[in-house]
Amino acid sequence: MIHSLFLINCSGDIFLEKHWKSVVSQSVCDYFFEAQEKAADVENVPPVISTPHHYLISIYRDKLFFVSVIQTEVPPLFVIEFLHRVADTFQDYFGECSEAAIKDNVVIVYELLEEMLDNGFPLATESNILKELIKPPTILRSVVNSITGSSNVGDTLPTGQLSNIPWRRAGVKYTNNEAYFDVVEEIDAIIDKSGSTVFAEIQGVIDACIKLSGMPDLSLSFMNPRLLDDVSFHPCIRFKRWESERVLSFIPPDGNFRLISYRVSSQNLVAIPVYVKHSISFKENSSCGRFDITIGPKQNMGKTIEGITVTVHMPKVVLNMNLTTTQGSYTFDPVTKVLTWDVGKITPQKLPSLKGLVNLQSGAPKPEENPSLNIQFKIQQLAISGLKVNRLDMYGEKYKPFKGVKYVTKAGKFQEDVGGDFFSIGEYHLTAAHCNSKGRKLQ
Amino acid sequence: MSAAPAYSEDKGGSAGPGEPEYGHDPASGGIFSSDYKRHDDLKEMLDTNKDSLKLEAMKRIVAMIARGKNASDLFPAVVKNVACKNIEDPNQLIRASALRVLSSIRVPIIVPIMMLAIKEAASDMSPYVRKTAAHAIPKLYSLDSDQKDQLIEVIEKLLADKTTLVAGSVVMAFEEVCPERIDLIHKNYRKLCNLLIDVEEWGQVVIISMLTRYARTQFLSPTQNESLLEENAEKAFYGSEEDEAKGAGSEETAAASLPARKPYIMDPDHRLLLRNTKPLLQSRSAAVVMAVAQLYFHLAPKAEVGVIAKALVRLLRSHSEVQYVVLQNVATMSIKRRGMFEPYLKSFYIRSTDPTQIKILKLEVLTNLANETNIPTVLREFQTYIRSMDKDFVAATIQAIGRCATNIGRVRDTCLNGLVQLLSNRDELVVAESVVVIKKLLQMQPAQHGEIIKHLAKLTDNIQVPMARASILWLIGEYCEHVPRIAPDVLRKMAKTFTAEEDIVKLQVINLAAKLYLTNSKQTKLLTQYVLSLAKYDQNYDIRDRARFTRQLIVPSEQGGALSRHAKKLFLAPKPAPVLESSFKDRDHFQLGSLSHLLNAKATGYQELPDWPEEAPDPSVRNVEVPEWTKCSNREKRKEKEKPFYSDSEGESGPTESADSDPESESESDSKSSSESGSGESSSESDNEDQDEDEEKGRGSESEQSEEDGKRKTKKKKVPEGKEASSSDEDSDSSSSTSESEMTSESEEEQLEPASWRRKTPPSSKRAPATKEISLLDLEDFTPPSVQPVSPPAIVSTSLAADLEGLTLTDSTLVPSLLSPVSRVGRQELLHRVAGEGLVVDYTFSRQPFSGDPHMVSVHIHFSNSSDTPIKGLHVGTPKLPAGIGIQEFPEIESLAPGESATAVMGINFCDSTQAANFQLCTQTRQFYVSIQPPVGELMAPVFMSENEFKKEQGKLMGMNEITEKLMLPDTCRSDHTVVQKVTATANLGRVPCGTSDEYRFAGRTLTSGSLVLLTLDARPAGAAQLTVNSEKMVIGTMLVKDVIQALTQ
Repeated sequence: MIHSLFLINCSGDIFLEKHWKSVVSQSVCDYFFEAQEKAADVENVPPVISTPHHYLISIYRDKLFFVSVIQTEVPPLFVIEFLHRVADTFQDYFGECSEAAIKDNVVIVYELLEEMLDNGFPLATESNILKELIKPPTILRSVVNSITGSSNVGDTLPTGQLSNIPWRRAGVKYTNNEAYFDVVEEIDAIIDKSGSTVFAEIQGVIDACIKLSGMPDLSLSFMNPRLLDDVSFHPCIRFKRWESERVLSFIPPDGNFRLISYRVSSQNLVAIPVYVKHSISFKENSSCGRFDITIGPKQNMGKTIEGITVTVHMPKVVLNMNLTTTQGSYTFDPVTKVLTWDVGKITPQKLPSLKGLVNLQSGAPKPEENPSLNIQFKIQQLAISGLKVNRLDMYGEKYKPFKGVKYVTKAGKFQEDVGGDFFSIGEYHLTAAHCNSKGRKLQ
Repeated sequence: MSAAPAYSEDKGGSAGPGEPEYGHDPASGGIFSSDYKRHDDLKEMLDTNKDSLKLEAMKRIVAMIARGKNASDLFPAVVKNVACKNIEDPNQLIRASALRVLSSIRVPIIVPIMMLAIKEAASDMSPYVRKTAAHAIPKLYSLDSDQKDQLIEVIEKLLADKTTLVAGSVVMAFEEVCPERIDLIHKNYRKLCNLLIDVEEWGQVVIISMLTRYARTQFLSPTQNESLLEENAEKAFYGSEEDEAKGAGSEETAAASLPARKPYIMDPDHRLLLRNTKPLLQSRSAAVVMAVAQLYFHLAPKAEVGVIAKALVRLLRSHSEVQYVVLQNVATMSIKRRGMFEPYLKSFYIRSTDPTQIKILKLEVLTNLANETNIPTVLREFQTYIRSMDKDFVAATIQAIGRCATNIGRVRDTCLNGLVQLLSNRDELVVAESVVVIKKLLQMQPAQHGEIIKHLAKLTDNIQVPMARASILWLIGEYCEHVPRIAPDVLRKMAKTFTAEEDIVKLQVINLAAKLYLTNSKQTKLLTQYVLSLAKYDQNYDIRDRARFTRQLIVPSEQGGALSRHAKKLFLAPKPAPVLESSFKDRDHFQLGSLSHLLNAKATGYQELPDWPEEAPDPSVRNVEVPEWTKCSNREKRKEKEKPFYSDSEGESGPTESADSDPESESESDSKSSSESGSGESSSESDNEDQDEDEEKGRGSESEQSEEDGKRKTKKKKVPEGKEASSSDEDSDSSSSTSESEMTSESEEEQLEPASWRRKTPPSSKRAPATKEISLLDLEDFTPPSVQPVSPPAIVSTSLAADLEGLTLTDSTLVPSLLSPVSRVGRQELLHRVAGEGLVVDYTFSRQPFSGDPHMVSVHIHFSNSSDTPIKGLHVGTPKLPAGIGIQEFPEIESLAPGESATAVMGINFCDSTQAANFQLCTQTRQFYVSIQPPVGELMAPVFMSENEFKKEQGKLMGMNEITEKLMLPDTCRSDHTVVQKVTATANLGRVPCGTSDEYRFAGRTLTSGSLVLLTLDARPAGAAQLTVNSEKMVIGTMLVKDVIQALTQ
């Protein structure tokens, strides 16, 4: 299935290659570079490229391209899913999936790749099994290894591979038994210039950090499970239990993992926690324009909205911006024409605003389009859909675990880069699309 | 192993000239024998059974290589020895790795060895090794495709395997080696459907895509009648019978034609596939969701396909590569099944942050979804997109508007007006794209749009984009009669700039000139000739050709010019309006989700999705007859300890099945065909199915029970009862020879125990009072009398009873004392009637794992009240315990009426010592000081291990840790049965299978520290015997030896 893998950095260097069958020449990547050149933007490189003898399926993660070489028919998602699993594994092992981290741990990288695929077919992809086989690097171990010349290959046999629950290792032991669940909800919304919601839905995930000894069997129940419209599960969850009782029953993997992701249907009205008043205008035949935005809280359920950032992609003709802000700070990058306003918290007494003048290229025509605003924010201790965890029960082990649930709501449209730190999961945008004042052209 | 590749590398190595190698080589003994012969000798040595000779040979080969001699012809022999040795390792993981390494050597010379190893591994008892064998198949196939027939045999064998671990890998091998052998799937179809949910994600994808193809060849199209229904969709929609009755004549005829066809009834197997794949739509893996979605798209009846939309929309929040692939597939689906995605229209709205390729695909989907009702919303959305800064995307949006306009007549004028307004856009690209689209739209109804054409004509001065200019010129030429005054002027302007134009514009200028010449030759004759002359000397031969061709056609020449008479017809023929359709139309002849679909071209190795058959093939091919029990001999030998979780894998796949023995799976998957005669087999089977239903993923819904007794036990319940019937069958078969029956029983014990567990016994009854008898009755003791053992009584022959006894002696850790005899120490008195003032308290060691804490010995306390007043508030008072000893109290017994008795369970952690646990037993009025002292045999729990493991562990516990005693076995105590019974009654140990008949091995672990206790009894013919106990805990060892000898010699 998967024949070879090339890792390519942003400047187009192939810095790692791995072949599971016979060796494929690096020159096959030329087709990829060609496509990359044509695409101009890294995000627009087509994930599947057909070449005379091979097919290239690639993903772009953390400024790296993972390019796999395929020779025969295979579902493209199969390969894409696998490549992302590889990137996730690197992230998991080295804390980041970057060129430097991969180069520093090149031995482990090869060991991992060797175990993850056998003759091109995925073999062990569960992080718990892999960690039994190949220990993640620590400073101490790398020092010891460099002195003794030993490797990170585990010396115990990976019995987890034989098990029916490959996601959990045997013999887990903790002195403090803890189970934490983070309910993170993101609001995807498109709001038109009049402030009415074109489209909004809530996407949520429950991330778990489970450090429990032995083989605990957990069941997590919700106060209002009917809210969840569409759910996807980690393989550990017993589907039938959910179907019949709406209870999440599972033997958890050890460590951090995503338990479920869900969607709250857009039929339910989504409360939009912030509003933006804006007026951006460019005068005809003049090289300046006015810019004025104000942010205020809307339906915030009595919680503070924090971490607000507003990003505006200004039109190309904008040269510079002279703005004053009542709160936070702003930056304008004259090269990419991106205005970023870091607002912070909203206090209802004094609404933060940003206003001033926009300098345009002299002589250039007035920009056609009005920019759209992307807003990011965060509300602690609140799941905007109203989802509430009822209780967590543990069977099978006798100790009393420490349990915790945390709720966070964010603005969001999913993007890459899931950081190890919970609060930095992704960056999210609330896109406010603005029509300009010319009125409807169509209809 | 690692040395092996070195040989091949050394192929080219040459011996140093004149080196006195022969003299150093003991094999040649200094005689000048040929290389060939000498190697023969080494080969012979390697092939012997003696390790010492092999070792010697290997040493010499290494020495040869060190001297640069070519030893490559010894390569297979070496591989065989190095790898094959590991392939027979008792540890399944090592066997598997050895096979993996062996199969990764891409040297043709080892093909026969690899073939042998794969065959061997395919019937290994460990599912993991079998999985590795399945992985090795495509490797061997790519190395030597001549082995195909043999490999197919192996695949066939592995396909019959019913463990989830193997299923995915073997189907992958099937797809690589023999995807055309669809007949191999028949017998395994139902099993694969049932296993699917528990297979790992990668395997699921492969299996689902294979089953899609299979279903296309074996079942009838579920939509075959729908085409008729579609014709009168209205009626089908409201489809009540009344409507039909009242319906107009035309409807009646349509309705009448329906019953004429055979009504479609879905094959139950087809339904099974749809039902079992549906839950996988909620998988976290995008690949699995997509696989299920394409299965539904290709196989499900129209009404059911809708379920996949929600899951596919969910994937749109995933990584952008995933979005890209999913949107491609949604685009194809949305052409065929528009209704399915309509509720999710808004999910395809485009965000400014989406990459362009995603935007364009979303646009495609939005266009496909647009219809009469939602077009206003869609157009409003498009309107915002036109103002995007991403110009490629804007161009695509304009194209999309054009498509909406052609598809939905109602909005055509609106769209056209909108596009015309776009012509005044500042961005040239937008204008150009609009022109191109307007041109297409105008072709549909040119008469009304003279104004627009005039407007366009004016644009020729400003617009520079070649495609747009060409489009305008074509329009003017085509409809020159609508703009008779402007057209010649445009030609004049174009003639002026002709040389500077792009090629496609030049061609259109020639075209325009020709058309004008034909309609308005008066004004344009000169211009036309001028243009044609310019074109005649153009650099591009295409333009030169066109000019020559046009001139001949329109300008009447001297030689007749038969064609020129028809020139008008040729140039000004009415042209059909172009059809704007999606590039995704008809892509669904490729299997969705496949690489070929994505590329819209057949990829190497793509398996065509067959059309539905006209007539359904025989469905009975999937019926599986219950085959005779075939015994797998090496299975017993290789019996190994399985991981606890493995055994719960799920109903149909117990841990110990080997690939080639599968009556359970057959009977299981054959549920439909098996009769309802009420035989043990079929009842167990239906039970099994229920089980499957409530116990999702085979991990079971144990909540109720697991609260009371630890999870390990409930886990056990999942091994189906079906096994008992079959195993007892086997028992009666094999009981002819004693040694054999013993072996069998060992392998079966894991199957049988769970069977008894499965009888949903309430936990309390499991702790029934112990009896000293060891027989089948014992087994029934743990089950409520209402539920009889599943196997019919006839099968429970005396030999079975004997076998069962054997069984009970070898326990696994999981169910330590289920079937094991209860302690020799029967009921012991804790409180005498007199001392207790009427309260009598006894205790027994139940040998069941204490549910609260695995380190505790569970003690059953039996209270009975022989006084004539009720005893109230029975509980344990504050215990005064030596260090380390802990007590888990029993729940307070509120009241015990006169004459009544009650039982309670308490757990005591004796800390691996025989110290007594002293505590107070309190009633409301009195306190009694009592103490429980355990016999040493109760401080341990059995573990299950193989003979090899046992020997290995024993090797580690030598010297101080080994206690050996000689003893004479009395005559009464010489049969296997009694010896085993006596030992296990004395100590809670598990029997270890043993090759020789007069050796008995038992193993256990102490409860608190988990130290191993290994007991070996070597019985010699005349009654002399030697007892050895190996244990880290020397005190326990010594006491155990004493107790066991006492028990045996009594």
